[in-house]
Amino acid sequence: MFDWLPYNTQVVLVGVTLLGVCSGVIGCFAVLGRRALVGDALSHATLPGVGIAYLLAGGKHFAFMLLGGFVSGLLGIGVLSILKRFTRIREDAAIAIVLSTFYGGGIVIATVIQAQASGGQAGWDTFIFGQSVGMIWDDAQWIMALGLVTLVIVALLFKEFKLVAFDPAFAHVQGWPARAIDFTMMLLLLVAVVTGLPAVGVLLMAAMLIIPASAARLWTYRLSRMLFLAAAIGAGSGIAGALLSSSVALPLGPCIILFAALFFLTSLMFAPERGLLARAFQRRRDRIALLADLRAGKEPI
Amino acid sequence: MQSSLSSAVTTKAPKLASRISILDVHDVTVAYHRKPVLWDVDLTLTEPCLLGIIGPNGAGKSTLIKAILGLVPLVSGSVQVFGQSVASQRKSIGYVPQRESVDWDFPVSVLDVVLMGTYGSLGWFQRPGATEKAWARQCLDMVGLSDFADRQIGQLSGGQQQRTFLARALAQQADVYFMDEPFAGVDAATEQAIIVLLRKLREQGKTVLVVHHDLRTAPIYFDQVAMLNVRLVAAGPTASTFTDENLHKTYGGRLAILDRLSQAVESQTRTR
Repeated sequence: MFDWLPYNTQVVLVGVTLLGVCSGVIGCFAVLGRRALVGDALSHATLPGVGIAYLLAGGKHFAFMLLGGFVSGLLGIGVLSILKRFTRIREDAAIAIVLSTFYGGGIVIATVIQAQASGGQAGWDTFIFGQSVGMIWDDAQWIMALGLVTLVIVALLFKEFKLVAFDPAFAHVQGWPARAIDFTMMLLLLVAVVTGLPAVGVLLMAAMLIIPASAARLWTYRLSRMLFLAAAIGAGSGIAGALLSSSVALPLGPCIILFAALFFLTSLMFAPERGLLARAFQRRRDRIALLADLRAGKEPI
Repeated sequence: MQSSLSSAVTTKAPKLASRISILDVHDVTVAYHRKPVLWDVDLTLTEPCLLGIIGPNGAGKSTLIKAILGLVPLVSGSVQVFGQSVASQRKSIGYVPQRESVDWDFPVSVLDVVLMGTYGSLGWFQRPGATEKAWARQCLDMVGLSDFADRQIGQLSGGQQQRTFLARALAQQADVYFMDEPFAGVDAATEQAIIVLLRKLREQGKTVLVVHHDLRTAPIYFDQVAMLNVRLVAAGPTASTFTDENLHKTYGGRLAILDRLSQAVESQTRTR
C-alpha cells in the first residue's frame, strides 16, 4: 500500500502503527486508573537501564537496550510502590521523585557514554528524544511481536481489567487476584513504554499513552469502544507523524505527539455530549427551556 | 479479654446444619499505624438475619466489613464464613461498597456494572453471555432500574447509583451480603425501595449486614443490631439490644447532644 515510499519509511510506518495501537489501548487503562503520571515516571525510569545496557553491550543493540529499559522500569515501579506503601509521602511527590531521580541517573550514564570515544557517534541518545531514521526491520519486528502479545493479553483479560480498573475492592471480594491483575496492567504499560522509546523517546512517550486515550474518552462511554478509538487515534497519529517526519526531516516523536494533540483538540471541540461545543449548546437549550417554564409559571418538580 | 457477645437468634427452629455459624468474627483487631480502629471484636451469627451495624463516626463500622472481607489487614483475630475461610467462600459473599469508592465517570453502562456481579461465576477469560445478561436485567428490574440499563453510570442520581450497586450485589446470588452505607445520600423513595428489597432477601433466608447511620430508622429496619465503637459494645436482637443504656455506651457524650437536639425539635413541634 505504501510502495511509493522509501523502504525505511515503510518499516517505520509498520512500527509506529502498531505502537500507536498499543499505547492507545494500554493508555486507556492508565488514564482510567489515574495513572497518567505513573506512565510518565515509568518512561523516565527506563533511561538508566537503556544506558547501562548500551554500556554492557558495547554499542546499540536494540533488544538488549529494551530489556535494560524494562528492568530499570520495573525498578521504578518497585520504588514507587515502596514509597506509596511504607512512607507517608504523597503519590504525586513519589512520582516526581522517581521520575527525576531515574532521569538524572540516565543523564549521568549518558555523559559517561559520551566521554567514551566509541559512544561519540551515539545511537543511544535517540532514546531521549526519539528517532525513526535508525529504525530497521529487526526493530520493527520487535515492536510487532511485543505489540501483538500486549493486544492478545488485553483481549483475553478484558473482563478482568475492566473490573479491576473500575472497582478493585469488589474484584477482590469476588475472589479475583486484584493486585496481580493490576500489576499485569502495569507491566503492559511498561512494555508499551519500552517499545515506544526508540521512536518517540523518553520525554514524549507518556503523551503517546495519555493523549489518544483522553481523546477517545470524549467520544464514548463504552470501554470497548474507547479502546478501539484510542487505538485508531494512536495509529493515525503515528502514521501521520511518520509521514510528516520523513518528508521534511523532522524528529518523529514530536511529530506524532503534535498529530495526537490535533486529534485531541478536535475531539475536545466537536465530540457529542462531552465536547465543548455540544456542552455550550446544551447549556443554552437548558436555559431556554428553564426560562420558558419560568414564564409559563410552572412549579419546579 | 472481652466477653464474647453472641447474637444468636432465639433457637426456636433448630435447622439441621445449625452447628455451622454463618459468620464468625473472632477477636478481630485492626489498626491504622498505631491507632486501633477495631479492638478485639467478636461477633457470631448463627441464623439468617438483617443486621444493622451502628455506631458513631470513626467507630470502625466500615472497617469491620472490610476486615471481614479481607480488604484491610488484621492485626490479630480471624474470620470465618460458613465455618470456612473467607477466601474459600467468595461465591457466597455479596458486597455493596460505599458509593464514593468508585469513579462514576468510568466509561461503563448501568448494565455493565450489574454484569460485574456475575463475573464471580465466570472463569478467567470467559465473557458474560446471554444468560448472564438476562440475569443482570432481572436484577436491575428488582431495583426498579430496568429503563436505565444502557445509561452511562455518571448520568444517574445518587439514589440510582446506589441501586445499581445493589443490583450488582443481587447478581452475585450470594448467601451473605455486606453493605457499606447503602442508605447514604439516597432519597426517601429509594430508601424505602432498598429496605423492602433487604427484607425480601432476609425472607429468602439470606443474611444481610448493613452499615447504618440513622438511629431513628435502625430499630425499624433491622432484626439484629451490632453496636460498635472501636469495641463491640453490644450485639443481638434489636428489641433487647437497642437500649438506651447500650446507646449511651456506644455514643458516649455524643448521644447527649443528640438527646438535647431531639428534645428541642419535639418542643418546637409542640409549640407549633
